[in-house]
Amino acid sequence: MFGVLFEQAADGQRYIDWLLSGLGWTLALAFFGWWIAFAIGVIVGVGRTVQNRLFSIPARLYVEIFRNIPVLVQMFLWYFVFPEVVPVTLGDAIKQIPPPWASFFPALLCLGLYTASRIAEQVRAGIEALPKGQMEAANALGLSGYLTYRYVIVPQALRLIVPSLTSEVMGIYKNTSVALTIGLMELTAQARQISEATFQTFTAFGAATIIYLCLALIAYQAMTLIDKAVRIPGSSAVTLTAEQDLTADVPQGGALPDAMEAAK
Amino acid sequence: MNTLDFSIVAQSWPYLWSGLLFSLSLTAAAFAIGMILGTCLALVQHFDVPVLAKIVRSYVAIIRSIPLILVLFWFFFLMPIVLGHLSGNGRPVPIGASATAFTTFGLFEAAYYSEIIRVGLRAVNKGQFEACQALALSTYHTYRHIVLPQVLRVASPIILSQTIILFQDTSLVYVLSLTDLLGAASKLAQLNGRLVEMYLVVAVAYLIISSAASQCVASLRKRYAIATTR
Repeated sequence: MFGVLFEQAADGQRYIDWLLSGLGWTLALAFFGWWIAFAIGVIVGVGRTVQNRLFSIPARLYVEIFRNIPVLVQMFLWYFVFPEVVPVTLGDAIKQIPPPWASFFPALLCLGLYTASRIAEQVRAGIEALPKGQMEAANALGLSGYLTYRYVIVPQALRLIVPSLTSEVMGIYKNTSVALTIGLMELTAQARQISEATFQTFTAFGAATIIYLCLALIAYQAMTLIDKAVRIPGSSAVTLTAEQDLTADVPQGGALPDAMEAAK
Repeated sequence: MNTLDFSIVAQSWPYLWSGLLFSLSLTAAAFAIGMILGTCLALVQHFDVPVLAKIVRSYVAIIRSIPLILVLFWFFFLMPIVLGHLSGNGRPVPIGASATAFTTFGLFEAAYYSEIIRVGLRAVNKGQFEACQALALSTYHTYRHIVLPQVLRVASPIILSQTIILFQDTSLVYVLSLTDLLGAASKLAQLNGRLVEMYLVVAVAYLIISSAASQCVASLRKRYAIATTR
């Protein structure tokens, strides 16, 4: 059934090479996008929890804006609108970028910033789940606000939220497919191209589906391993997954719907 | 760049409005289909119906691990063939992009809603079931009148949040060249070359609708949380 994938395409490559190059773009987007998202997400998530309004209001705005606009619209904003609204010289420089990169960078930026807003909510939930005593103890030891977050609060919060971050990992690799709308030939786009070139739609989409399933499995296993490695000993871990929140009877805080919707 | 000119948006308002209506009706239809089917899927898993439960579990797992765009492509290609087989003559029946979108979103969301409801079913207190047995209620009555209403109530904030995500996801019907809010804007933008204004307006429209809806869900959750505090 998958035999057609090993036939030669019009450009001299085999169809399977098309799929693999698509997989490469998907992985590159997901991997680098993830680190952008993680870095910004932690900062914004911390910003959501501090008292200082100078930080908390921009952080809240960031989350509101990036979470409430569909990824596809954000993709268009970065690809079509961004080069037009920045100063002309910069805009022209952006338009000079050669083809695959011209769609890759906007897609990377889009996915990174979008996922960051979701990670920020998880981080905030993680921080709010920590007992108050942690903060008070750090204060009593004379740690500054920065040191408290850097060495006490954030490390613990991150260890707590590993399971809910799993769904964000799954989310970002699935959202990479949206990049096909701005012309990036990632996995889904390649599958469609193969189906149009060979009329073997079932084979083409089947192969892509299997690859996505493998990615999901790998992501899930890797996150389980990470969770085992960093889980705080003795903590009943994470109150952040929807399941535990539901069983906890009284849903409180913003953690529950986010964790659940994130399951996407 | 040339200056922004939003008058173009005012002129094309009726077209954008019809696009928005399509987005909303797609959301509503997918919500209705997804909830009904999702509840059935959840119950099949909950009762561990032989064979069927396994199939449902794989369906949910697969749908949840592949991108929605790929699911749209799958259904766009598969639905005509399946319908052709069902109608008997074996020839593919073309059903059009719009019908594809409605079926896909309904079936796709069913997988997500079923997960929410399945988790909710597990969260129902054992005592509720025991009390139903003590009152000699049949299984049907137990679930119809006692268990499911509780599940829906507990899970309603999550279900509504999921529906907001669904509303945002409907923008993906763009890949089927349908005229939803984004599709309408994109078609107009290609006609008049006003990409910047069109996409900015669409972004703001989605932002306002989604954040207003999120605010409603948040206040709903607050009210609910107080009601259950013991």
